[in-house]
Amino acid sequence: MKLNRRKFIKRILIVAASIEAVFLLKDGVSKVDTSSSKELFNAGKADSFEKNKLYPFSTGQFFLKRFEDGGFLAMSVKCTHLGCVVNANSKTGGFNCPCHASQFNKFGEVLSAPATRPLDIFPISIEKGEVLVDTRKPVKRSSYNKSQLTYA
Amino acid sequence: MANKESEQRIPSSLEKFILHLHPKKIDSRAIKFSRTFGLGGILALLFVLVSLTGLILRFSYIPTVEHAYDSIIGIRDNTVLGQFIRNLHHLSAKLMVLVSFLHLIRVYYSQSIFQKRAENWTYGLLLFFLVLASSFTGYLLPWDQLAYWAVTVISQIIEYIPLIGNSLAYLLRGSDTVDGNTLINFYTLHTGVIPLLFVVLMSVHFWLVRKAGGVALPKTEEKETVDVIPNLLWKEIMVASIVIGGLFIVSVFYEAPLLEQANPLKSPNPSKAPWYFLGAQELLLHLHPFFGAVIIPFSAALFFFGLPYFRYNNVNIGVWFNSPLGKKMSIQSSIISFIFTFFLIYLLDHFLHFDIWFSGIPSVISTGVIPFLLYTLPLAGYLLFWYKNHKANNTEIIMACTSILLSSYVCMLLISLLLRGEGMQLIF
Repeated sequence: MKLNRRKFIKRILIVAASIEAVFLLKDGVSKVDTSSSKELFNAGKADSFEKNKLYPFSTGQFFLKRFEDGGFLAMSVKCTHLGCVVNANSKTGGFNCPCHASQFNKFGEVLSAPATRPLDIFPISIEKGEVLVDTRKPVKRSSYNKSQLTYA
Repeated sequence: MANKESEQRIPSSLEKFILHLHPKKIDSRAIKFSRTFGLGGILALLFVLVSLTGLILRFSYIPTVEHAYDSIIGIRDNTVLGQFIRNLHHLSAKLMVLVSFLHLIRVYYSQSIFQKRAENWTYGLLLFFLVLASSFTGYLLPWDQLAYWAVTVISQIIEYIPLIGNSLAYLLRGSDTVDGNTLINFYTLHTGVIPLLFVVLMSVHFWLVRKAGGVALPKTEEKETVDVIPNLLWKEIMVASIVIGGLFIVSVFYEAPLLEQANPLKSPNPSKAPWYFLGAQELLLHLHPFFGAVIIPFSAALFFFGLPYFRYNNVNIGVWFNSPLGKKMSIQSSIISFIFTFFLIYLLDHFLHFDIWFSGIPSVISTGVIPFLLYTLPLAGYLLFWYKNHKANNTEIIMACTSILLSSYVCMLLISLLLRGEGMQLIF
């Protein structure tokens, strides 16, 4: 294959554009983090949370659920369908999205479409009896299982 | 006699400039209003209007989360004619979306996208995309509840694209959620990148229109040509005056919307995308995201970009709807598709709960493949009927396909805009 000047320049341009595209898509434009604080969100003493109850933390944008066996689960308030803030449904113990009527059960799993995956969760660690929630990075999941719970 | 006189006169430099945009003489059929409805010219005028009003607004607007909303309030309450300029900017932009859609329809149905005009169809589609992009990026800037949640909804739709969706949404937002980084991104795109691209693409678009010999016209034996000045120029000035006058009057009475300041902790109910994207949001209510956000948008885009290049055997350039049969099919298929889409959405909302009936099988099939086939199979049958019973050519069949797609989108958009209330439930 013969490579003339025009072809060479064309190819160089294509390669440069591709590298730039990959660079842009691979966090190449990370900016100052304005959204979340660097620290873990301190929800309070683990003992103070009653079992089988749901605690909304609107500033941390999560629901803290303590199940009957004492396990904690922090679920994001963002609906996995299109990002609206879900409301707790006191009748079912689950969550409803006001935007497109997706419904979730108490584990955050989808009860009715259009949402396709359960509510994201935030990792919890318990230190000196205090519940610390890492709200910096939501964790995606495909279903609920017991390993997602944290115990005091 | 008068004609001869004006030919001898030396044209003014303004006239000379106009004759750079237009030819000196033009086919009299090309300047009939019902040939183009002046839509392309109106768009160029609207671009000038949004640019000027946008430039003025730029003096007062502050693109930060703390001050954006207050600076809009300042424009509204403490600036002489501030709200008027903002209304004018808002209305012109809205009209631009509408008129560019009509322009696209006019060019397509008058069969002006083939052969030497094929390339310009591509540039036209790119410009249409730019119109939507500029409108969408401008949507966020007031930083009110409407802006915040509309952009949140759209950026979440982007996340559904496989492999690159998350990175692409992150690139657009500059962050995991819509925040100050998104605001500065959108501001830069809206006031810098997109206007620049507009100027470049518009120049190419105009130049290619000239190169193709102007407005597409059907072949004819005898051509009558007239002078551009004053015949065309006069019409252009008339249309421009009416558009500018109309916009000014409406801007006095119509207030550009501004809700309370954006609150990331509270979604308004319902949260809707910008009006021109509502058809896409409606689609996502009924279809699995893999279909609603990936397969359908991408194949539709491919279809539209490919339109001039499919194999046709009886194209009549410049003839409305190509033939009497094409006209009949386009109109009928638009109406049928509109009614069919409407009923299908009604049924999907109230009676057909595939996600519950087939909860055992993957949701890609129960809420993806099944409703998709429910839409495509009857319409495919309808096209087959035209092909079998009326000997429709592929030119007419493809035109009917386009009509079906456009009409369905308009139907979904109108349902989402007008017939959905709290919780995005149908109001009937």
